[in-house]
Amino acid sequence: MTTSEVPLTQEKEQEKGAKAKGDRGFRRPRMLGAGKQLHAGPVTYVVLTVFALVSLAPLVWTAIAASRTDQRLAQTPPPLWFGGNLFNNLERAWEEASLGTAMFNTTLVATTITVGTVLFSTLAGFAFAKLRFKFSSALLLLTIGTMMIPPQLAIVPLYLWMADLGWSNQLQTVILPTLCTAFGTFFMRQYLVQALPTELIEAARVDGASSLRIVWHVVFPAARPAMAVLGLLTFVFAWNDFLWPIIALNQDNPTVQVALNALGTGYVPDQSVIMAGALLGTLPLLIAFLLFGKQIVGGIMQGAIKG
Amino acid sequence: MKASPYAFISPFFIFFGAFSLVPLLYTAWYSLHNVQLSDLDNQTWAGLDNYQNLLSSDFFWNSLWVTLVIGVISTVPQLIMAIGLAHLLNYKLRGSTVWRVVMLTPYATSVAAATLVFVLLYSWDGGMINWLLDFVGVDPINWRESDWGSKFAVSTIVIWRWTGYNALIYLAAMQAIPADLYESASLDGANRWQQFRHVTVPQLRPTILFTVVVSTIGATQLFGEPLLFGGVSGSKGGSGHDYQTLGLYMYDQGWVIGNLGKASAIAWSMFLILLLIAVINLLVSRRLRKSQ
Repeated sequence: MTTSEVPLTQEKEQEKGAKAKGDRGFRRPRMLGAGKQLHAGPVTYVVLTVFALVSLAPLVWTAIAASRTDQRLAQTPPPLWFGGNLFNNLERAWEEASLGTAMFNTTLVATTITVGTVLFSTLAGFAFAKLRFKFSSALLLLTIGTMMIPPQLAIVPLYLWMADLGWSNQLQTVILPTLCTAFGTFFMRQYLVQALPTELIEAARVDGASSLRIVWHVVFPAARPAMAVLGLLTFVFAWNDFLWPIIALNQDNPTVQVALNALGTGYVPDQSVIMAGALLGTLPLLIAFLLFGKQIVGGIMQGAIKG
Repeated sequence: MKASPYAFISPFFIFFGAFSLVPLLYTAWYSLHNVQLSDLDNQTWAGLDNYQNLLSSDFFWNSLWVTLVIGVISTVPQLIMAIGLAHLLNYKLRGSTVWRVVMLTPYATSVAAATLVFVLLYSWDGGMINWLLDFVGVDPINWRESDWGSKFAVSTIVIWRWTGYNALIYLAAMQAIPADLYESASLDGANRWQQFRHVTVPQLRPTILFTVVVSTIGATQLFGEPLLFGGVSGSKGGSGHDYQTLGLYMYDQGWVIGNLGKASAIAWSMFLILLLIAVINLLVSRRLRKSQ
């Protein structure tokens, strides 16, 4: 370890003006005066490994517990390796805790919310980023300000209205309120400010293209990488949304989180089945992280740097 | 072309109006009424009764205290660890993307799934944590029913889920720090720790403020973790109300006890607290900017 070692700071440069493809994992080695770059030492790897183990252990242990029997989980010491009861427990969670229905419902809900949020956010983000109109900066500030309002402020009236409409326990009650978000609008605005050249829009306008044609042929292609990342982030958010769904829905027509809540409050008192439910309800997102982890990480970092 | 910007932003404002702004105002209206879940058609004017009721309720003050305590012990260590973790992730690493994705996996786990696992890890007998404590000679702790133990346990769930996420936010900010600041610091003979202390941390100040604000908003609304941590007595925050946060108190009053008017008053109290925090934050950041 020498004093001239300095953290890497290259990524910001790459990102400026670039069409950051949600791809921020890549680094160019930084050369300093003495030709040294800041490589991680063994201590860094040890500490990171500890963090990684703590991050993964509860998930691995969920799978271990889901593969055991309830009686085994009540004994000391707790099991540290997999047993043979996984499929039995998964099947019981699927049937008794309605996780089958729940997975289907959540997939439907999260997909609809994702499509709506990405579409509406791209349109609004484009307007805020590239179009001139009265009160645009005030409206943008207002949009950002709305992120501070907790969902608790809306749930009593929403609950009463949904009951009036006879919508209790129907999926549209959890889809509609989150179909368009301030975060998404701001996220797309921040991306399009730098990724979409204003001249491109003006050229299209000179050619006589209508607003909708410009959106379709110019904005959407330029926004595509950020739309994909926003889609992933929204899907994760929608899959895990908890407060409003547990109030609006019940075990007759649950989402995954509603079913897990029912499991946690004693709907099925068998711990190994509860763990099987938790595993099943998390698995789709873990698979998504395995496939698109790089893009999700990039999206969070991209949203942060300008936020 | 003139109308189209408004057409493009209108979906957001229509949804915001219909599902946030109007309900927010109605919540204020309901908070001034007596609204019972069991008798929704019979809503009578109650003036400030619900608020007076809150101010004289020990459970309300308890829930504020619980929210504050859990907020502090879950946010402070979390953000400090996140800065440290970001610093490590900022080195040139083998497989840097893999490390980042691994640190983010707890974020993929829902509040419900994470809490259900932690409940089992913290269980009184046969739980992993008491078993490990036994090795170092600590007697088993009844995490679910103890005052500080339960607050600590609930906080660890929050810390587990959010540390990696915040680390990525700090990492993004660290990578935006100009390299020449480090070069001149090292020319001045600053060692690694001094560079971290005198270059990294001051440069991160706006980001730190941002994460503190976001975490504070999250902590004020904390709900799912204590609810599921308590199992059957979840909405009470355990039999001794040891982890009944403000969000949990609202849920308990509104949907377990069935007093939606009082629940509305609790929601507005939460909102007023957040507005107060926003004002404080504005003053602090203005002072920070002046001092720079």
